[in-house]
Amino acid sequence: MQRYTRVAIGLHWIIALTLLGTIALGVYMHDMPVSPTKLKLYSYHKWIGVTIFVLVLFRLLWRLGHRPPPAPPSMPLWQHRAAAATHGALYALTLAIPVSGWLMSSASGFQVVYLGILPIPDLLAKDKALADQLKDAHQFLNMLLFALVVLHVAAALKHHLMDRDDVLARMLPLVKPRRKKP
Amino acid sequence: MNPKSGIAIAASLLALHASAMADNVDHARSQISFVSKQMNVPVDGQFARFTAQVTYDPRKPAASKAEIEVELASVETGSSEANIEVAKKTWFNIAAFPSARFVSSSVRALSQDKLEVKGNLSIKGISREVTFPVTVKTAGGSSTFEGAFPILRLQYRIGEGAWSDTDTVADEVQVRFRIVTTGNK
Repeated sequence: MQRYTRVAIGLHWIIALTLLGTIALGVYMHDMPVSPTKLKLYSYHKWIGVTIFVLVLFRLLWRLGHRPPPAPPSMPLWQHRAAAATHGALYALTLAIPVSGWLMSSASGFQVVYLGILPIPDLLAKDKALADQLKDAHQFLNMLLFALVVLHVAAALKHHLMDRDDVLARMLPLVKPRRKKP
Repeated sequence: MNPKSGIAIAASLLALHASAMADNVDHARSQISFVSKQMNVPVDGQFARFTAQVTYDPRKPAASKAEIEVELASVETGSSEANIEVAKKTWFNIAAFPSARFVSSSVRALSQDKLEVKGNLSIKGISREVTFPVTVKTAGGSSTFEGAFPILRLQYRIGEGAWSDTDTVADEVQVRFRIVTTGNK
């Protein structure tokens, strides 16, 4: 079995866990009454978003030099296509969502200051109506991402449990490869 | 109109009249704003309504006087949630202290177009002396005063309880103003 590189596996799981945590944090903090904790959580959410953006960029660069292992030859063409489209969309969304959050923050009049140290320039001036639209966009993109993550996980489990191939195992750090069926 | 709301309006007009002073400011060109830092992010805010009476004669700068009353309920913090929050007891306590007030006590000319203004700033029942430089430009009988000074919000008990955590909202708040007096008055 040819695995993904350690770096690719590491980035995949770090990004996966952080992403789900940040989406949960976003949903939770959104409905909180105003409090110092809420202000803190919003900042953390933004910092994590910036971090995810950078990690995804790095992952894409890494991928350019380290091609993913080939899919099992038994996989039908439509599955190749579906997998490629889903992966492409996952990459696109994990980049677009932090950008939409940053723009939304700028339009709301709150600059993003990464880790409370590094100010990220505002691309947009303060504009309440635009901020509301960007907020809707941020929410929508997140729902789309969540739906694709569910599909992605379902496909991985299907490969592992039903097709009994190595598709999931090559992204798992510790699992031994399956023995080929006779 | 029912009699009750009529009385309410009359009462609020009376209240308004009692607090209103002779205002000689061109409000379209004047502004009182502030910058607070939330999680180290500078956030702009302003007060839409205030009255000010400024006496200034370039030939006798030391005789200058300024009295400014800011209607705290007109605060614009940048988010509607925060506008509601700052009206509460722990912040401005607007129900008990509807306005903030600055009254100058002395004015000194630093240069041709620069003054040093000293006075008392009262917010939320607490009065403290502040001193700050002001630049002045006079043209056509109208004068423009611009300046900024820092205040420490906790000295005025702005943001009590959980909000006194200065890691979230910094203690220092920068107050900025541009006051343009109406000409020929």
